[in-house]
Amino acid sequence: MLETTTRIKIAKAEESIVKKLMMVCAGFSIAVTAGIVAVLAEETIQFFREVPLSEFFASTEWAPLFEPRHFGVWPLICGTALIAIGAAVVGIPAGLGSAIFLNDYAPSWLRNALKPVLEILAGIPTVVYGYFAVTTITPFLQKILPSTDVFNAASAGIVVGIMVLPMVASLCDDALRAVPRSLREAGFALGATKFEVSAQIGVPAALSGIVASFILAISRAFGETMAVALAAGSTPKMALNPLESVQTLTGYIVQVSMGDTPAGTIEYKSIFAVGMLLFVITIFFNVLAYFLVKRFRSVYE
Amino acid sequence: MNGETVTTIGSLTVAVQEAERARWKPRLGIRRVKGQVFFVLTFLSVMIAIGALAILLTSVWQDGIKTLTLDFIVNFPSRFAAKAGIKSALYGSAYIAFFTALVAIPVGVGAAVYLEEFATDTRLRRVIDINIANLAGVPSIVYGMLGLAVFVRFFALDRSIMAGALTMAVLILPIIIVAAREALKAVPNSIRLAAYGLGATRWQTIRAHVLPSALPGIMTGIILSMSRAAGETAPLIMIGALSYVAFVPEGPMDSFTVLPIQIFNWASRPQDEFHEIAASGILVLLVVLLTTNALAIFIRYRAQRKARW
Repeated sequence: MLETTTRIKIAKAEESIVKKLMMVCAGFSIAVTAGIVAVLAEETIQFFREVPLSEFFASTEWAPLFEPRHFGVWPLICGTALIAIGAAVVGIPAGLGSAIFLNDYAPSWLRNALKPVLEILAGIPTVVYGYFAVTTITPFLQKILPSTDVFNAASAGIVVGIMVLPMVASLCDDALRAVPRSLREAGFALGATKFEVSAQIGVPAALSGIVASFILAISRAFGETMAVALAAGSTPKMALNPLESVQTLTGYIVQVSMGDTPAGTIEYKSIFAVGMLLFVITIFFNVLAYFLVKRFRSVYE
Repeated sequence: MNGETVTTIGSLTVAVQEAERARWKPRLGIRRVKGQVFFVLTFLSVMIAIGALAILLTSVWQDGIKTLTLDFIVNFPSRFAAKAGIKSALYGSAYIAFFTALVAIPVGVGAAVYLEEFATDTRLRRVIDINIANLAGVPSIVYGMLGLAVFVRFFALDRSIMAGALTMAVLILPIIIVAAREALKAVPNSIRLAAYGLGATRWQTIRAHVLPSALPGIMTGIILSMSRAAGETAPLIMIGALSYVAFVPEGPMDSFTVLPIQIFNWASRPQDEFHEIAASGILVLLVVLLTTNALAIFIRYRAQRKARW
């Protein structure tokens, strides 16, 4: 048996080593962010040495892989936005409605039965949704609207909407649950109907969380890759018609990666420029949602 | 005043009172109807979710069940859909999962323990918190680009399993950190204080008391993040995982493919036969995910039953 003082010394030494090790682990997360920014920035700067900023942001033609080359990024943004809007139309109302149903109308046994359904929806990999879009949704759309292309933005938008539905539902559910019961009960006491308590008391009280969930859903739709790679196509154009084939920011990155692109070429640099743009947009949305919740969250009791 | 003015004033007062009464009428009828319409709308929302899941699962099942044979599991991919299989993809996914866990779990749990147990609420720690929350929301393809530039090129790991595993580890790190922190937060402070009161150092309390109590929650988080990693495609495509691999990888420096990429490859072909085997691959993937998630739920359930506080 070691003397007590020796054991204490060992314990203290152990403590300081372990603490430093774990501090390194925590610092690793900052290294990751720094790494992402550094990697994207380096190639993006190289890219903009060859392609003027004005062309990237002002031109509306994206044709980087064949002559004559054009590097206007708006068609990609347009395609991504089109799909994000489609996803928002499908996923946001259904997600909010589901959250309200689970919270205000469903008895607890039903709620406990339905929550796993949402978790399963959330856990299905995006390739599966892409497959679903190509084999089920696109043929269905082609049946009811014959002018639909084989690759189209609507199919991708619908499927991405189903993908974000559980996320919206879960976040809105948390937001609605955080509203104190006393507020709802006060409404009932004053003679409000269930609908009025839910829509005029519950939802406004949880509004910051609800709106934050919408923003995060759009952010997720912007960054979605595989489902759109399978369903939306690879024709970058300034299309407003969701039945046409488009290309998203992520779709372009995948397209180039699957081909043979040696480092140092303008195509290689272009995917980093597009990636940087995507990163900035999603960070913007995420930070917006974060501050929305922080600033405007109604504090009760 | 004369009689006429009095009656006029009287009837005006009555009119005002009528208007007031009309304004405060309960109008319960229309309000109930509004409520019923609203209920139907929210119910439909839930039906959309359930319906989508049901249609998706039945469609995948119908497409894939016929081609889900033993041959399918032990064959390599081939140009002929009838002979194609997922053997290389399964091996690749297993290798990736193993090495990803090897890297991500120690770093993630270590970071969580540091942030939750050792660090004080300084500005630096808040920066790290926001940083991790941000990282969780970054699209997976950006992680792929990070992996391509750092692991494949800078560290010259080429398109190997190691590069893929490191990329995936970085991807799931924020998820593990958040889940582990939640599990650590759930441990009552009284346990720590009791240990300190008996003279234990911070690390001694963590190792002997806090970590074991938080272990089920941490394990649930690890399992869920691993199942997320199993379904990820984009980052591995970025780092160059191949989509036609007719061999079994033998070590961490070999090239590889994973199941989601194989599915993607088959699903993007126009022929129906390839769609069918894509569906079979999806069924295998879903079974794997279902099992891991069920395991996580089981662990969580057992832990909740055992928890004595």
